Amino acid sequence: MYRTIIGSRVRSQLAYRASFWLNVTTSIGVGLVEFVELYVILANVPVFGGLNLRQAALVYALANAAFAFADLVFGQLDTMPSYLRLGRLEVMLVRPMPLMLQLITSDFQLRRLGRVAISVVIIMVVLPGLDLQYTPATVYLLLITPFIGAAIYAAFFVTAGGLQFFLISGEEFTAAFVYGGGYAGHLPGSVLITPLQVLFTFVFPATVTAYLPGLLIMGLPGSEFLPAWLGWFAPLFAAWAWLLAGLAWRAGIRRFTGAGG
Amino acid sequence: MRAVHTYLLLAAAEFRRFSTYRLAILAGVFTQSVFGFIRVSVLFAAISEAGGTLAGYDEQSASTYVWLGQALIAPVAILSWTAIAERVSSGDIAVDFARPVDLQLAWWARDMGRASLQLLARGIPPLFIGAVTIGLALPQSWTAYPLGLISLILAVSISFTVRFLVNLIAFWTLDVRGFVNLYLVVGSSLCGLLVPVHLFPEWLRIIAYATPFPSMLQSPIDVLSGYVLDAAAVAVVGSQIAWLVFLVGFARLVQWRAAHRLVVQGG
Repeated sequence: MYRTIIGSRVRSQLAYRASFWLNVTTSIGVGLVEFVELYVILANVPVFGGLNLRQAALVYALANAAFAFADLVFGQLDTMPSYLRLGRLEVMLVRPMPLMLQLITSDFQLRRLGRVAISVVIIMVVLPGLDLQYTPATVYLLLITPFIGAAIYAAFFVTAGGLQFFLISGEEFTAAFVYGGGYAGHLPGSVLITPLQVLFTFVFPATVTAYLPGLLIMGLPGSEFLPAWLGWFAPLFAAWAWLLAGLAWRAGIRRFTGAGG
Repeated sequence: MRAVHTYLLLAAAEFRRFSTYRLAILAGVFTQSVFGFIRVSVLFAAISEAGGTLAGYDEQSASTYVWLGQALIAPVAILSWTAIAERVSSGDIAVDFARPVDLQLAWWARDMGRASLQLLARGIPPLFIGAVTIGLALPQSWTAYPLGLISLILAVSISFTVRFLVNLIAFWTLDVRGFVNLYLVVGSSLCGLLVPVHLFPEWLRIIAYATPFPSMLQSPIDVLSGYVLDAAAVAVVGSQIAWLVFLVGFARLVQWRAAHRLVVQGG
């Protein structure tokens, strides 16, 4: 059933070819905008957070791919506030499909894959010059990091979704950790001031999505507060992020349905 | 005189409307502050890496740049807004053209009302937070304040006119969303939102200054923070005026063409 729904969304998007390609171009642009910031800074100083341009680009690409995947699957949760206001969520609750799945499939945006393309290009460009040791561990990390990263960012989206039931018109609160987390995750984590390092590692584990695994892949030590070996625990951090997400979502649904809605 | 009174009423109404979104304002201030701290981290790391000063910014002035940027994001509103485009696709725009107020001037007045409220509600708090946490640098010359206000008014107007033009694309194409997103991407990267335009490598700086985007955010920040003083500040304001005159002229032309081409899609 889900395949039918997603398939129909994809087909409808491909129907308007010109519009679709414009959207893909824009999606690629979105992936580039934050990279412009890194590029500009590293055009001015040789090393940023202990990383040079190639190394920072790898971290960026891994984070960007992770965020793009998460956005692709769970990004629709951003529309929850307006669905709530319009009363459409109540209609969804009556259907025989879990609410979360309905929201996810409500608008599957193929064009968001454009953002993933940026990551692929960046990785292909920087990988040769990085001189990596291709041990099994490195390859494992290279392959799995975008997916664990995506899981973590997805957890942010779901947490935000759950909180929408409490926030109503204060939805912008959640952008602080969803998009703030995304922003922090693309950066070399050691540049963040200490309170933010704590926030984005142990509460909303953004630095674990790409920076810490990146340090492991490149064989760099990291800083005192963010040592590279933390990167091995990425799956644990993901589990923690999903614990928060699950709690928030359940609490939100219970509050919503409990109000007689 | 009657017309001016009407536009002032429109601005006041929009001011009042935005003042009712209290929780949204609070949420906005919170999120802007989190982003502010992240951006301060980034610039501080870059500056300390560069040995204490980078492109004329030291830690104090960088902090000022970041918090002014966070404060001005909401009023300048570089982000997309498609109210007019939606009215075109629904056909309501026909009614708008029949009204005794000019389309562009009416929306401009409303935008100024919105910007005034958001400057107070979402502009002051981040500055306050920045001042007590990281610290801000005040401009060294009192002329920064009046010039800064003028610069800000120009910046909001430039931003409005560009958004207005993007909306008018709706008269020619069904799906404005793609263009809106493209505008969003290009605008946010070139306006000095993430990093100061002054840090851009030469080739990128040339591209940026070929667009009105730096005038929307980088210019008022520069004037208000005292990064440019006196004569240099007047030059910045002058370039903003030039952009505004050009854009408004272009917008009048496009609006005139749009009115003639009126394709009402709402049936």
